[in-house]
Amino acid sequence: MARWQGQLIKIDDYRWKIPENYKTGMRVPGLIYASKEMLESLREEQALEQVANVAFLPGIVGYSFAMPDIHWGYGFPIGGVAAMDIKDGVVSPGGVGYDINCGVRLLRTSLSEAEVRPRINELINELFLNVPSGLGSEGKIKVSQKEMNRLMVEGAHWAVKRGLGSEEDLDVTEEGGCLGGADPSKVSDKAVKRGMPQAGTLGSGNHFLEIQVVKEIFDSHIASIMGITEIGQILILIHTGSRGFGHQVCTDHLRVMEGAVSKYGIKIPDRQLACAPIESSEGQDYLAAMACAANYAWANRQCIAHWVRESFSKVLGKSPEKLGMRQIYDVAHNIAKIEEHTIDGRKVKVCVHRKGATRAFPAGHKDIPRRYNEVGQPVLVPGDMGRCSFVAVGTQKAMDETFGSTCHGAGRVLSRGAARRGIRGADVIRELESRGIIVKAESVSSLAEEASQAYKDITEVIDVVHQAGISRKVAMAIPMGVIKG
Amino acid sequence: MKKAFEIIDHTADIGIIAYGTDIEELFSNAALALFSLITEPESVEEKLHLDLEVSSEDRDSLLVEWLNELIYFFDAKHILFNRFDIESLTHNQLKATCYGEGFDPMKHKIKMGVKAATYHMLKLDKNSDGYKAQIILDI
Repeated sequence: MARWQGQLIKIDDYRWKIPENYKTGMRVPGLIYASKEMLESLREEQALEQVANVAFLPGIVGYSFAMPDIHWGYGFPIGGVAAMDIKDGVVSPGGVGYDINCGVRLLRTSLSEAEVRPRINELINELFLNVPSGLGSEGKIKVSQKEMNRLMVEGAHWAVKRGLGSEEDLDVTEEGGCLGGADPSKVSDKAVKRGMPQAGTLGSGNHFLEIQVVKEIFDSHIASIMGITEIGQILILIHTGSRGFGHQVCTDHLRVMEGAVSKYGIKIPDRQLACAPIESSEGQDYLAAMACAANYAWANRQCIAHWVRESFSKVLGKSPEKLGMRQIYDVAHNIAKIEEHTIDGRKVKVCVHRKGATRAFPAGHKDIPRRYNEVGQPVLVPGDMGRCSFVAVGTQKAMDETFGSTCHGAGRVLSRGAARRGIRGADVIRELESRGIIVKAESVSSLAEEASQAYKDITEVIDVVHQAGISRKVAMAIPMGVIKG
Repeated sequence: MKKAFEIIDHTADIGIIAYGTDIEELFSNAALALFSLITEPESVEEKLHLDLEVSSEDRDSLLVEWLNELIYFFDAKHILFNRFDIESLTHNQLKATCYGEGFDPMKHKIKMGVKAATYHMLKLDKNSDGYKAQIILDI
């Protein structure tokens, strides 16, 4: 792969600009959040070219942003953020990605490492039985066509109404677990057929369920509001999305956008950036279908969180309430949202595309739960299964600079193929076990693809967003037991 | 014998390069490449067949749509295919009969869950040897 030779202008130690004149057709410059060390490996692939390509899209305001976990995606880079003015801008399914509302949910517990360590095998086995995972996994809930229509509109509420979780969970979920504007009539029969059997499943690939131990608390005040009070406390992280349903919605609407690009005479440098004006019927139809997929993902994580609580309760013989299993937060990592932001002192409605990026709203923002009003929205950043994950909060600086956005994870450095060739799944299990991490996976060979060496070091990613001020780190946890799909 | 396809790397995902002496063979080989990523094609028997019709904007996107149609049958209906008879193919329309069987966990190993064929780095070229296409898949 050719090295990226484009120009990067240093703004400060954590901000680098791709000037607007790098390529004719860019409407705004690119802005990359990264350390000097990261830039070298970033130049090894074409993700930075994709940052420049996104800057071509009509209506883009400010910058085409890249978070420090940026890597090469389709059309948009993963770790990309772009806001388009809703009056003259476009919406692009590529700016959301295939796994619509792939995201994470974090639960706290009142358990300590000492209590859980001796029971970790039992817990992981029970979770493995109780949470459907892996390729072609089918849910334990049977969703009829009629139910599916409700699920698409109600999101996590659909699951809570069926006794899978509580109102409190909804309070601490982005958008309350239900994105408005969802219209099932804009979703194809194919998507529904793929989605029905997969509701309430973890899936495969990079999706996982992790029992973690808190190792470091950086801000004890904010952490305590989240219910993280002790080093050694047990947390549970759920990472999954909208499964085949979201993929089909994306595939279907990309096809519609292909036609829209010529219909509206939009010039794009890459076919995968296909888009349509936000206010066009194609744009509105996509947003309505995307909301259905976002809601599907929230329902999915809601179901899984319930079964996680059930599993802990069964193994440890206490109710989830007694175990203190409250939800900290649930965030989307792949989504487009209509939001109001201030640009040059003017309030403007924009469509913020976050593809492999997290919303990071500050304290006092109207859209964050009351519990976090004083400290800012929790930002959940999972690392790879051998290292650690972070909890952070959104800041005013993110609001001022990045349309309230920050990083979402570690970001790959090795392709799946390269990881498979260089690493054996069985070795990954042994190496992790030697460090006290139990892994259970549907497919052992695919574990190599998710090994630590295949990812950037999450600590470096978090340091960049923390130092740049677009989020503030709160706590760090390491895995103790992992279920990979 | 000339190679039917190759598998290539992409940072987060995987790609295929398919070859064909004519366009029909290219489309058939691309589909074979897809199912060779999903399972061991030798383990699949011809127990059922399905007539598919796919249409699209142009020939490049027809290739993407064709693979997406097959991915749909794999993901939603759990059907594995191992032979593709392309009956007609214009610049924007394809008719094919696909042969294979339903997924049986006792018999078939699923190696990878391919979820979508993308337009990313999509290439379809003709040279003196025939046709060559590159498609990146989301997994």
